[in-house]
Amino acid sequence: MDFTDLSSPRNPRLKFSQKLAQISWGLIFLVLALGASGVAMLYSAADGSMEPWASRQMVRLGAGLLIMSVVALFDIRFWFRQSYLIYLGALLLLVAVEVMGSTGMGAQRWIDLKVIRIQPSEVMKVALVMVLARYFHGLASDDIGRPTLLLLPLALVLVPTALVVKQPDLGTSAMLLMVGVAMFFIAGVRMWKFGVLVVAGLGAIPIGWQFLHGYQRQRVLTFLNPESDPLGSGYHTIQSKIALGSGGLTGRGFLQGTQTHLEFLPEKQTDFIFTMLAEEFGMLGGLGLLGLYTLVFVYGAAIAIRSRNHFGRLLAMGLMINLFLYVFINIAMVMGLIPVVGVPLPLISYGGTAMMTVLISLGLMMSISIHRDVRIPRTGLNTEL
Amino acid sequence: MARRNDDQTRYRIFTRRAMLIGAGQAALLSTLAGRMYYLQILESDRYATLAEDNRINLRLLAPPRGRIIDRFGLPLADNVQNYRVVLVREQTRDVAWTLDALGQIIELSDYDRERVLRETTSKRAFVPVTVRDNLTWPQVSRIEVNAPELPGVSIDVGRTRRYLFGDPMTPVLGYVSAVSESELTGDPLLELPDFRIGKNGVERQHDLKLRGAAGTSQIEVNAAGRVIRELKQRRNEAVPGKELVLTLDAELQLFVHEQLAAHESASAVVMNVENGEVLALGSAPSYDANAFSLGISPDYWGTLVNDPLSPLTNKAVAGLYAPGSTFKMMVALAALGAGASPGDLAFCRGWLELGNARFHCWKKHGHGWLDMIGGIKQSCDVYFYELSKRTGIDRISEMATRFGLGQPLGVDLPGERPGVVPTREWKLGAIGEPWQKGETLVTAIGQGFILATPLQLAVMVARIASGRAVTPRVTRGFREVEGEGPVVGAEAPVFAPLDVPEAHLKLVRQAMDAVVNEKKGTAYWRRIAKEGWEMAGKTGTSQVRRITKAERDEGVKKNDELPWRFRDHALFVAFAPVHKPRYCCAVVVEHGGGGSKVAAPIARDILTEVQRRDPSAAQGLPLLASSQVREG
Repeated sequence: MDFTDLSSPRNPRLKFSQKLAQISWGLIFLVLALGASGVAMLYSAADGSMEPWASRQMVRLGAGLLIMSVVALFDIRFWFRQSYLIYLGALLLLVAVEVMGSTGMGAQRWIDLKVIRIQPSEVMKVALVMVLARYFHGLASDDIGRPTLLLLPLALVLVPTALVVKQPDLGTSAMLLMVGVAMFFIAGVRMWKFGVLVVAGLGAIPIGWQFLHGYQRQRVLTFLNPESDPLGSGYHTIQSKIALGSGGLTGRGFLQGTQTHLEFLPEKQTDFIFTMLAEEFGMLGGLGLLGLYTLVFVYGAAIAIRSRNHFGRLLAMGLMINLFLYVFINIAMVMGLIPVVGVPLPLISYGGTAMMTVLISLGLMMSISIHRDVRIPRTGLNTEL
Repeated sequence: MARRNDDQTRYRIFTRRAMLIGAGQAALLSTLAGRMYYLQILESDRYATLAEDNRINLRLLAPPRGRIIDRFGLPLADNVQNYRVVLVREQTRDVAWTLDALGQIIELSDYDRERVLRETTSKRAFVPVTVRDNLTWPQVSRIEVNAPELPGVSIDVGRTRRYLFGDPMTPVLGYVSAVSESELTGDPLLELPDFRIGKNGVERQHDLKLRGAAGTSQIEVNAAGRVIRELKQRRNEAVPGKELVLTLDAELQLFVHEQLAAHESASAVVMNVENGEVLALGSAPSYDANAFSLGISPDYWGTLVNDPLSPLTNKAVAGLYAPGSTFKMMVALAALGAGASPGDLAFCRGWLELGNARFHCWKKHGHGWLDMIGGIKQSCDVYFYELSKRTGIDRISEMATRFGLGQPLGVDLPGERPGVVPTREWKLGAIGEPWQKGETLVTAIGQGFILATPLQLAVMVARIASGRAVTPRVTRGFREVEGEGPVVGAEAPVFAPLDVPEAHLKLVRQAMDAVVNEKKGTAYWRRIAKEGWEMAGKTGTSQVRRITKAERDEGVKKNDELPWRFRDHALFVAFAPVHKPRYCCAVVVEHGGGGSKVAAPIARDILTEVQRRDPSAAQGLPLLASSQVREG
């Protein structure tokens, strides 16, 4: 047993200046590049005007970067300690939205605090990864195989997922479920157990279908055959593909996208902003953006692998997977690969909550990176920091 | 150390799983890139086309309708700007308020107000709604001056057909009006809300040439259909309709109409006997074709439809009348063809008996002995009863047909009616009874079954005067560009000879000369005195009722004593100048009374006027036959 680790020179409390020196400037550069692309697209979406979207997005980006830095400078052990509390808080918010949440876009998703509006399901995406990282951090490699020890994390995933399904928000609940499963996977849960899950999941599809709202069923059906209802629910997918496809290799040029500017494409400033980018900058622009995201994912994976504490590894990897899911689901949706679900494109789409979630995630990653040499005993931290 | 080892185990598992996750992510990202390649490279053309379809709306540009001008180039129908005031809902705060403000400036009916309020709510906010059209210049300027106080109100310009002379030209020109459901042919031009097509006259006959071809402009629209801009370089201008050059002499037409309009209901045709060109074709009462261009009011329409004088009918081509004594030339020619001699005499005692029926002459106490010229000159009925008895209905009908009666003559005007030349077969077919001998006698004086239009009577005279199978037309040709270039039309027609001996025709012309220019001639008092301008003609008075024996015994009532609709039709046919015929004329005055008293003066005045106007050189616009165009 080596309890000296906590106070040893290899596991220090870093000074502020040391932390600053450790900040991953590359990641910050990527965030700025993505954020700038987003502002540019919002400028274009408003027909070459900073109003109403681009200017506000810039303010949010600035505030978000500030929060990201604050999160990054907090010690990883602080986040380790607070994991359960944060999760509990997020869960309470979800319940609260169920009880009193205001209805936006026909679904209960928001808590209005006058100054800002909180979307608890977004908070939960981070909180869920944190709590699962915290839990699996405490499991020895042998314990992973014991089914009874998997019951608690399973509940941690399913309870918020069920609450979000009830809102109803199919996209977010699917993301919660997927990120939860991914956490189990990287924690080392046996492969065959996932096989069982897949089989069970397939079996649950007919049952789950019964619980879907009419419009959700319609979306799935429309996805399977969008041309069946070109002016109704298939409209988004068809128009998005037309705009995207007509962009060609190099696109129509900045501010020149006809489909988006002539309003054939709805929600171009939020969920369908990638379509607009691909129409104006073509496949090269689309691949460029995809490249930026890929670099962010690689960064995340590298931070995870380099971390010397298991909590950091799991957290960084989980947050990276979460980010990946945003990007993949959004882009696959606008290209007609999956049904239309309300998932924004991180750092590009107009909207505050998702940007906060993403920047807080990145802040946590940076914190892990800065404190990568910090060791955290499997049994947890009993001493005050 | 166990913990550290365990951490290493966990780390190993974690790295392996992270690798798998990374591989999965790489695969999914490749899928996205592949999909992008598929949509943006492989299917790019298809989506580019769909994108164009999305944003481009094709708009039809209505072609301006071709003008109609007379033989000298005087415009009879053209197009004028129609100013209308339109309102765009989204540009005004309150439609009702704006309409009130507009109502202070121009008159707005409650009906228009209601309609605008309804249309502005049912149509999309940016669609202009017509408030009133056909504004006068003062109204337009008043609105323009007040424009700042009238948000959303603007002036829009369209084209409306204008008929410069109103009623007198309508029988030939016809009118244009909105396309009705049954007239839709699939040509999208016809579905334009402001489009008008020819409904009568040459407007209808030559509608396709006058219409021109639609152009297109491409308009960029957004998803809501709002016009963003026009793509100028893709504009395809409309081809204007051709300019129609009529054979009509507009001033003569006005003159003719003036003569006709002095009577309740009358019609006349003036033709060139050589080439069949119609110089004037009048039918009175007429109506103002301008009323139809902007949409006819129900009141005016009702007046026209219910008028017993049927102004909507062009009586010159569609009015059917018993030709009366004007038919006697046909009987004479048929008799001559059958071997009768002009010198054959007949005695008129005022009537002729056939079986137990008595056939009367218009002259109660008879004409005495007459030869053929005398019979025509004095229009003796008994002479023609005798002549027809010997000639027979078959020869008479054949001759009438040869001179253009009983058949449509193919004039380029709609509504032409064929009339009737009775034969044995015709009667058997139409009435189901065999021909009676007495009916031949009745036909010989142009009564009974026989019916003809004024146009047919004019053509009959033209054929007598020229000896050729002249056919009438009102169109000289078309010009591609308004106001310039040659008139391209049919070649000046060469009509075939009639196959009637010239001696026979000469005799009939001589008789017609006598009718007008010799004492005792039925129209002697209507002759043209000016030397070289004299006309030859024939009177006709056709009965519209049967005179009973009882009435005849009491003394036949004078026309003036009868109600208008029972009075005789007055007819006169003529050509001039008598020795070198160039013009012919047929006049029918419905219920006008005696042909010589009522119709002959009109014909005299018309033929005087046409000769006065006849500077032989001024044949009208230079005509270029289509064959010459091909050679050139």
